[in-house]
Amino acid sequence: MSIKIDHELCTGCASCVESCMYGAIELNNNIAKVLPNCTLCGACIEACPEEAISLERGDIKTKKIDISQYKGVWVIAEHYKNKIHNVAFQLLRKGRELADLLQVNLTLVILGANFDDKLEEFSQYGMDEILYVRAPILKDYYSDLYVKVISELVVQNNPEIILIGATPTGRDFAPRIAKRLNAGLTADCTGLEINPETKNLLQTRPTYGGNILATIQTPSSRPQMATVRPGIFKIPEKVQKDVKIRTIEYQFKEKDSVTKIVKVISKTKNTVNLEDAKYIVAGGRGVGSKENFKLLKDLANVLGAELGGSRITIELNWLDPDRQIGQTGKTVNPKLYIACGISGAIQHIVGMQNSDIIVAINKDPNAPIFHWAHYGIIGDLNEIIPILIQEFKKLKSEE
Amino acid sequence: MKIFVCTKQVPGISEVKIDPKTNTLIREGVESILNPNDRNALEMALVLKEEQKAEVIALTMGPPQAEEILREALAMGVDKVVLLSDRAFAGADTLATSYTLALAIKKILKESDSEENYLIICGSQAVDGDTGQVPPELAEELGIPQITYVQKLELSEDKIVVERKFRATEIVVIETKLPALISVLTDINKPRFPTMMGIMKAYENSNVIYFDSKNLNADISKIGLNGSMTEVKKIFFPERNGKRIILEGSPEEVVKKLCHHLQEDKIL
Ligand SMILES: Cc1cc2nc3c(=O)[nH]c(=O)nc-3n(C[C@H](O)[C@H](O)[C@H](O)COP(=O)(O)OP(=O)(O)OC[C@H]3O[C@@H](n4cnc5c(N)ncnc54)[C@H](O)[C@@H]3O)c2cc1C
Ligand SMILES: Nc1ncnc2c1ncn2[C@@H]1O[C@H](COP(=O)(O)O)[C@@H](O)[C@H]1O
Repeated sequence: MSIKIDHELCTGCASCVESCMYGAIELNNNIAKVLPNCTLCGACIEACPEEAISLERGDIKTKKIDISQYKGVWVIAEHYKNKIHNVAFQLLRKGRELADLLQVNLTLVILGANFDDKLEEFSQYGMDEILYVRAPILKDYYSDLYVKVISELVVQNNPEIILIGATPTGRDFAPRIAKRLNAGLTADCTGLEINPETKNLLQTRPTYGGNILATIQTPSSRPQMATVRPGIFKIPEKVQKDVKIRTIEYQFKEKDSVTKIVKVISKTKNTVNLEDAKYIVAGGRGVGSKENFKLLKDLANVLGAELGGSRITIELNWLDPDRQIGQTGKTVNPKLYIACGISGAIQHIVGMQNSDIIVAINKDPNAPIFHWAHYGIIGDLNEIIPILIQEFKKLKSEE
Repeated sequence: MKIFVCTKQVPGISEVKIDPKTNTLIREGVESILNPNDRNALEMALVLKEEQKAEVIALTMGPPQAEEILREALAMGVDKVVLLSDRAFAGADTLATSYTLALAIKKILKESDSEENYLIICGSQAVDGDTGQVPPELAEELGIPQITYVQKLELSEDKIVVERKFRATEIVVIETKLPALISVLTDINKPRFPTMMGIMKAYENSNVIYFDSKNLNADISKIGLNGSMTEVKKIFFPERNGKRIILEGSPEEVVKKLCHHLQEDKIL
């Protein structure tokens, strides 16, 4: 197995050199040369405009499966305290789009105990079918039970695409199912598309802390599985539609799970719903102190906005952990995002770049946040925000 | 008891930067480091070793230069290090990586004489790919329970009780029997620095154990590129799509301008 460069075709344009994350290609006498630290990731192949690069796989052929046998798009829900995580509904919007392109059915899969009277409402989110696996023990999340039930369902029904929220729960059971089924899985995707020619799922995800995006595909195995970051897609409008509901009674034997839930510790005071917020006022280290967040709170209040922050504000204990926005926090997509005293590190950006309008207030004209902002104000937030509050109030009273 | 710690060599993430003018990677001086999160895993293992009798073994699959991170693990105080290295492992995605790691763990267990219990500790995520998929896939390959995103652990003879963080403010306490695998969060402990003695010991030759595809008896259709189902189709840089209007004037003026724009955009 190796990367082969066709010396006849190579023009020494260096596109491959730039595409390599590992610095494993260099130009030698104006011809690309692969270095020993190559990981065979294959990114250079697509980058080459001359099609001079190929991946020689050797002659070992893995068992080929007949991918045409797999049909349908599945979204798997997770829930806590009898409430379905919003990411499942968000994925139904994207799932609908994918299913329509492929002309197949869209199925929502729920493993739970007390959803009977909610299925009617869920059926308005545009799927063709709900697969509801019911068992008293599924009131809670058990890693091994999810893996067992979902793997069995997949083997019986052969879906071609499975979408799961990239939450700590989704990222716990999805890999284990992928391994059991020998299926490819792409983690924490932020973009999903269908390749019009091959009909493969193209899964785009941030790597290297969001500095680089990679598009991944799983051409030779099925199902194509992806965990998808919450907050990337919007919840679809409700529609009236005939939805087939299949309830499967699952009989678990005593001690079917090898794990035991001892207890759940909840530290929520009042639930923050940043993911659904229409307006967000976010603060960073530039806010200066916990006390000074009062200023941002006032701004949030006139707007009817939620308050959020960069990671450092959580580390400094200025804000509660569930208000963190970014790679290790929440992904949000409000109509308006006002970033105050935030420098715009990529780890923060990946959590808020889908906002409709981004406003940045920062006293450093070179702060990276200005690359991402639609409107930038270079100045001291302590000076700007009070005026902004006055102006917003005035506009409100005029309405 | 044996405690395996899975560690990975990654490019120093803070050094992977983009040249904003050319939109290409700046690679100068990008060093390979021990995945920061795996230091937390090593620290947890070493604390457990102090509390009870356990042998701590650090493993990594990677190119020969990954030996460096294993020396670092030795210097921190682990008992044994194992490097899985072979050209045939290259191009592995998480499926192939977890298969290969599982083979090594099974081999080590088989060769140790006793019927010892074991625990595997992984980082929750590596900073390069950040998939977090290797730990659950490894547990599945070995057929043992997994608990991911762990922030606290109590270990006894035959079971573990852990705190798993599954929401920003929600923690579930889970109990399971050994053998088991956990993946730990960052910031749960302060990884120790190697001691002088440790560093000296780490650089004695001969103490890195090497495995390749042959002595692991690997099924070649399951390792490296052959065992990988995912393919990288392309790599690109995030687009900066801001309209980038910098509002100028006195604070009063910029605020007025902003409100005007927001009204035009139908945001207000
Ligand atoms: C693995 C990893 C994951 C991470 N995950 C996240 C994440 O999920 N979310 C996240 O946010 N970060 C995350 N980070 C951290 C991230 O890299 C940055 O460190 C962080 O976002 C910086 O926060 P900040 O912008 O508030 O602070 P700083 O970078 O310190 O910026 C403060 C800004 O405030 C400005 N300022 C100061 N005073 C004023 C004033 N009076 N008026 C106006 N402006 C002022 C300054 O000019 C500066 O630009 C992560 C990092 C790593 C390595
Ligand atoms: N090549 C590897 N060798 C050893 N351990 C690994 C390797 N890749 C991943 N791991 C382990 O799996 C964790 C998660 O990695 P990842 O799934 O790549 O995000 C890491 O923190 C390591 O503990």
